Amino acid sequence: MAVVFKKSSMLTDLPTHYCPGCTHGIIHRLVAEVCEELNVGNKNIIGVAPVGCAVFAYNYFNCDMMEAAHGRAPAVATGIKRAHPDKIVFTYQGDGDLASIGAAEIVHAAARGEKITTIFVNNAIYGMTGGQMAPTSLVGQVTTTSPYGRQAESAGYPVKVSEMLSQLDGPAYIERVSVHSVPGIIAAKRAIKKAFAAQQEGKGFSLIEVLSTCPTNWGLTPKESLKWLEDNMIPQFPLGVYKEV
Amino acid sequence: MAKKLMKGNEAIAEAAIQAGCRFFFGYPITPQNEIPEYMAKRMPQVGGCFVQAESEVSAINMVYGAAGAGARVMTSSSSPGISLKQEGISYAVGAELPMVVVNIVRGGPGLGSIQPAQSDYYQATRGGGHGDYRMLCYAPSSVQEAVDLMAKAFDAADEYRNPVMMLGDGMLGQIMEPVEMVSPREGALPEKTWAAGVPENKGRAVINSLFIDPIENERHNQLLEAKYQAMRERETLSESIGTQRAEVILVAYGTMARICERAARDAQKAIGAKVGLVRPVTVWPFPDDAIRQAAAQPSVKRVIAVEMSAGQMVDDVRIAVNGTKPVGFYGTTGGVVPTVQNILDHIQAALKEGN
Repeated sequence: MAVVFKKSSMLTDLPTHYCPGCTHGIIHRLVAEVCEELNVGNKNIIGVAPVGCAVFAYNYFNCDMMEAAHGRAPAVATGIKRAHPDKIVFTYQGDGDLASIGAAEIVHAAARGEKITTIFVNNAIYGMTGGQMAPTSLVGQVTTTSPYGRQAESAGYPVKVSEMLSQLDGPAYIERVSVHSVPGIIAAKRAIKKAFAAQQEGKGFSLIEVLSTCPTNWGLTPKESLKWLEDNMIPQFPLGVYKEV
Repeated sequence: MAKKLMKGNEAIAEAAIQAGCRFFFGYPITPQNEIPEYMAKRMPQVGGCFVQAESEVSAINMVYGAAGAGARVMTSSSSPGISLKQEGISYAVGAELPMVVVNIVRGGPGLGSIQPAQSDYYQATRGGGHGDYRMLCYAPSSVQEAVDLMAKAFDAADEYRNPVMMLGDGMLGQIMEPVEMVSPREGALPEKTWAAGVPENKGRAVINSLFIDPIENERHNQLLEAKYQAMRERETLSESIGTQRAEVILVAYGTMARICERAARDAQKAIGAKVGLVRPVTVWPFPDDAIRQAAAQPSVKRVIAVEMSAGQMVDDVRIAVNGTKPVGFYGTTGGVVPTVQNILDHIQAALKEGN
């Protein structure tokens, strides 16, 4: 029988720990497929896992992996890339990890034009720790640490990472995508491919911000979550290419 | 090799290069700036890599990445910067990554001062970050000794797959002394079959300090503890100077040991007392046996720990002496360096007061 579809060889056989309806699984698959399609072999790719929901990514991506301290993945990736300039190096980070505690690391890795690729998963909440307010939580969004909704007066506004980093000269490719729909998933894969290509061509730093769902901590069903993302997150975080060199 | 006049910080940096270190990640802070400055100039000449990180936090994590990728790598900083690096050091210990961390200690707490101090002893010897861990920690007392210990530090880091600290102070970093530079390392660096991105690793590397199952985490900690036990047995270094039949045993390390050595030598003439010195070369593992043996002599009336701190190493001296002899303390803090006379005065007063 002809095989028409199979799981990417860049994913291990372990079942993931992600909640039902969470889109991390989709994003993992897209990154794995793109890595496989680079045709460099899994011994030439090194990934860095964050602290947060994707902390166990080192169990899932079938390549050499390092687990970084919270927010430090871009610094760890810098050390790896400098030691192995010929390898493909990527970080996979959530919004708390990248836009809050690791804000300095991502800004400076981008400013240095570090030849790494960052997959930035933005679901507007801290998932792993149980639904606290994230730097990307929307104004008015109810979380366990913004029980009355995020108040702009005291908690400020969501951080727009793609817009912010696109102002720097170091990044070669920055795009924001969303995986709430099939066309969105297809566009996301295309964007991730471009980001890795930018690294392979030695152009500089690349980042794909992927809007993602968190049904468990949003308190919605998986289907409602996709709709909530589309209705609430996309207006706040417009999709598109923010930087292309 | 002919001797050359070198500043401590620069000599440490050059010795690291001679030891095969080709990756340096750091951040400016006084009084260790000459290390990153020297590396910025020197690394490109030897095909190495220098990155000025955005913070000490990032620098240590770059070191983590490079170490995990199999590189011989180091960073340097001074006290407040070392506090920032503690997170990364703890992760590196957990993930069993070899690296050398140089701490050119200055006065604290907080911004403190930029003058020499030894007030980072606790964080250097107790595992300064979170979790149960230790680090082999060398405390050279001269520029030459610092140079001679660098290769040993890198090799020990590789052997035990654990960070190693070189604990200096503002004096050691800034002083200029004649140095015989060590020869370049001969032969290949040790193979790292566990590292990421290296051909000798045939499997899939996972560099990680997370063990979500507490049983597994405890097993991992026991494995770390076995390494520390091996270090205690094999790596403890100290020097005993004039301790035979001494009345007073001084215990001091680093810059303080040099001043104490002079005080011990002058004591007979100046205050009519025979004074010896035990100088820990490794402050972790601590040379308990050398101190216990020196203190056990019937001639010894008193053991005195001398430090540029409010009294940190003295705890370890008390543990080593274990109540068999009185243990005293003399110290200055905040960047003040005691004189030979200060120490002699203290010994004289302590002997007069008795116990």
